[in-house]
This record gives sequence, C-alpha cells and structure tokens, in this order.
Amino acid sequence: MRGAAATLRHELIGLSGVVERNAYLVKRYAWWELAFFLWTVANTLTIVFIAKGVEASGVDIDVERLTTQLLIGAVIWAYLGIIFEILTETVAWERWEGTIEYTFMAPLSRPVHLIGMGLFAIAYGVLRASALFGVVAVFFGLDMPKADFVTAMVLLAIASVSFIGIGMMTAVLPLISPEKGTQLGFIAQGLMLVVSGVYYDVSVLPTWMEWISKISPATYALRGIRDAINNGAGIGDVWGDIWPLIVIGIASIPLGLWVFGRGERYAKQHGKLKRSG
Amino acid sequence: MIHPSTSVRPEPEARNGPLAVDVSNLRKEFFRRDGRRWLLPRRRRVPALKGVTFTIERGECVAILGQNGSGKSTLVRLLSTLLLHDGGTARIFGHDAFAESRAVRRLVNRVSVEASFFKKMSADENLGYAARFYGMTPGETGRKLPEILKRVGFPAGRSREPMEALSRGMQQKVALARALLTSPILLLLDEPTTGLDPRSKHEVQQFIREMREQHDSTILLCTHDLAEAESLADRVGILDRGELLCLEPVDELKARYGAGTLEEAFFAATGKSIEDEEDDEEDRDRKELA
Repeated sequence: MRGAAATLRHELIGLSGVVERNAYLVKRYAWWELAFFLWTVANTLTIVFIAKGVEASGVDIDVERLTTQLLIGAVIWAYLGIIFEILTETVAWERWEGTIEYTFMAPLSRPVHLIGMGLFAIAYGVLRASALFGVVAVFFGLDMPKADFVTAMVLLAIASVSFIGIGMMTAVLPLISPEKGTQLGFIAQGLMLVVSGVYYDVSVLPTWMEWISKISPATYALRGIRDAINNGAGIGDVWGDIWPLIVIGIASIPLGLWVFGRGERYAKQHGKLKRSG
Repeated sequence: MIHPSTSVRPEPEARNGPLAVDVSNLRKEFFRRDGRRWLLPRRRRVPALKGVTFTIERGECVAILGQNGSGKSTLVRLLSTLLLHDGGTARIFGHDAFAESRAVRRLVNRVSVEASFFKKMSADENLGYAARFYGMTPGETGRKLPEILKRVGFPAGRSREPMEALSRGMQQKVALARALLTSPILLLLDEPTTGLDPRSKHEVQQFIREMREQHDSTILLCTHDLAEAESLADRVGILDRGELLCLEPVDELKARYGAGTLEEAFFAATGKSIEDEEDDEEDRDRKELA
C-alpha cells in the first residue's frame, strides 16, 4: 500500500513536470505564440467572411447563423490543431532540441508522460480557442442571444478526451518517420475535420464519408456545440452527441497508448529514439 | 580474441550485492539500405555490437575506448534503455535492462557529448522539470539545485539565463548537474569532454573523480580521449567494430600488447589510430531509411 502510494506520488510529480515544462516553453516563446495567435485570427476571419460574401451575392440566408457556424468550425479546427501540435511535439520538438533521449530514459511512465502533455494541451487549447472565439465574435458583432456556453464547454471537454487519444496515435508518427511524421499528423487532423463537417453538415458528404464521420469525435463535438450556441441546447438536448463522445473517449485513450507503445518499441528496435532524427 | 568476461568477472561470494553492470554476449544490429530490388529498397543487417561481454563492479570506473562508429554510443544507449537488443543480456544492479527498464531508469543517468537542453529555457527551468521526472518536488529541487550548481562550478547568477546564451563548457556543466541531481548510482558518460576547452575539460574530469569518491557512483566512460581514459578509469576496454577486444587495467593492457603507451596499445589491438573514423551504423541506418 505504501509502495503504491509512493509510486502514485512519483507519477503525479512527473506529470506536473510535463505540464511545467510546457508552461516554460510557452513563456519563453511568448512572442511566437502571439504571432501564431494573430495568424489564426486572420485565418479565421478569412473563413468567417465567407458568410458576408454569400449574403452579398444575393443569396437569402441567415447571415448571423452562418457566421456563427463558420466561426465554430474555425475555432474547433484551431483547437484541434493545438491539441495535435502539442502531442506531436512529445517527440518532434524534443528531437529537434535534442532532449528526447533524456526524457525517454527518465523513470516516468509513458501514460503519465502522454496524459501530462494532453492535459497541458487542453488547458492551453481552451485558452487560445476561447480568445479566438471572443476576438472574432466581437469583430463581427455576433449577438448569440440563445447561446449556452456551459453546454458547449462540456461538449468540448468530453470531446477532448477522444482528441487526446487520437493525438497520442498521431504523436507516434514522428517517432517512426522523423522527417515526415509531423506533416502526416497534420494530414490526419485535416482528414478528421473534413469528414466531421467542420464548416457544413455531414449530410452533404458522400455516403462513404458520412459513414466514416460516425466514428469521428469531431462530428459530435461540432454538431453539439453548434446546437448549444445557435439554439441554446442544454446538456439533455445534446445527449445524443455526448454519449458517442464518451464511448469514443473510453476507447481512444487505451488505443492511443497502445499505438504509442508499439511505435516506441519500433523506434527502440531501429535506433530512431535519438536526437536529430 | 581475448574474452573480457573471463578475466574480470569476480567470484559471486567475493561481491557485496549484484554487479553494477553485467553484460553478456550483447548483440545489436541495424538495417542498412543496400540498393533496390525492383522498386523496393533492399536492406541488410549490419552488426553494431557483436556479442559484447563484460562486467563492472559497484564503485568502479571503466573506460571504453573506440573510434567514432565503433559501437560505444550503441552500448550506452542499450544500457540507457533507449535501444532494444537483438541478443544476449544486460543487467544493471541485477535488473534486466530490457525487461525491467523502469527499474533501471531510476538507477541510471547519462551525460553525452551534446548537452541537450531546451535552448530558450534557463538552466533552472531545464533542471527543474527534469528533476520532476525523477520524482523530486519543487521544494526538494530548490534546496538541492544551488548546491549542485556550485559543485559543478556553474555561476549561480547565470542559472536564469537561456541555455543558448551559455558557452558549450557551461552547458556541459549544467548537463553534469542534471545527472547529479537525480543521484544516479550508475553514470553513463558518452564522450562528455569532447569539444570542450582545456579548462572546462579539466573541471569535468575533476567532477567525475568527485562523483566516484564522494557518491560511490559506478561510471562507464566511453571516450576516444586516451589520456582521459588512463587518468580516470580503473580498467580500460577497446571496442572495435562492435567487438570488445579487451578490458583490463591500463598497465596490463599495455603489457598485453607490448606497448609503451595506451595509444600504441590501441594501434596494436585494432591496427588503426583512434582518430580514424568509421561509419556509425546507427546513423547510416537512420539517414538511409528516412
């Protein structure tokens, strides 16, 4: 019992070290973070302006609703980008800095290591995504009178569990392919959002993509969050989106850890767990 | 061929506890791309370590000499749990380095030729999070760190500067502090003084002596600096193309090869100068498969 408590204490201290390290990096790269944030804002504006463009072309639409729909899609894209980027950096950034060998030879269990990265990614991603949403909403003067932000945040929190599990799977890519792995992670992120109806309803997709959308957590997150913000749907109203997220979340974390474990073993077998890739 | 294990493995009853390092017939191979067959790359296995056998007693300092690409780094990376073996065994204080890697990681730390830190972060920040990975709280780290930095000769006033603002010698001192902070009982040193100026080199070597004398640390030093090996190690081994040719006290090694100096002994054993370079199979494998 005492041994288990000591192990748990050791792991929790290790987990805090992972979060601490990422906080230091954000602090030290603060200007880069600001630059990336401004780039994300500009990118989001180009997407959200599409609603104004459609209205200007004479199509009769609810421009406020379409603007909000595009904004939610862009924010989720940015949020998922942060989650995947931070988890992928588990390997990629460490390899670049040369610290990968010291981190992977430390007596820190891999689940704790990866979950620490995931927790930081969620905390940082929520801050960045909230700021992005707020800035763009103010820019367009969006009113959103019915919006239930609590439900939207609950959906995002539950979806984040699945996102972390999938992020663990993509984090293994730079471990297997040092030069191309990070880019493959971005491709995985893009594909997931395409089939999940990032700016549109999944019903517009070809049937085979619609089927794939059913196993993507982003599908349920996007649909539920849109419903909460546009229609004021509460937790009970979006239960149909919450339970699939819970099921996918329960499956994705163990699967992500297993995939990462296999990748780490492959890297150790082939000598890829080293600096400079 | 001299088999290092036969002459250096002490009788079990003479020892107090398990051997610090017990390596037996350890083998590691990497794949090397060797042209193409149709459109598919053809690969062949290239050995990096060929059945290496040796032991290290607790508190002993053993130096392994070898050219670049001789397999020194592969050996250190296997003992650090960063590589999986293809055969043989490696035990660290009785723990299997491959089956009980977490137990081994608690006992081992490493200083390599590259200091390897997050360059924008300060020494305090780099050491702080690293200490957390070994279960040290911020309070414990805060108490221990200033004393350790002082012992490695790192100026206290510079511990908040980004690592990229520090000289290579200073960075290597922080690397030593990182190793010391976790109180390892086995320290793996992979060319820790390569590229350092003479003063920094002397300070690092002094620190290694102190680690042995005051902390009862066992040290495996891989180097191609003959003078460093001779001055620091109890026994010196020669690793050539993945084979450990010998491992014994310097005087015995010189006598074995009828040499007046360690340099001559190395040449007599390998037929090459230690400055000659061979391809590192591991690096070559990585470049070709990427």
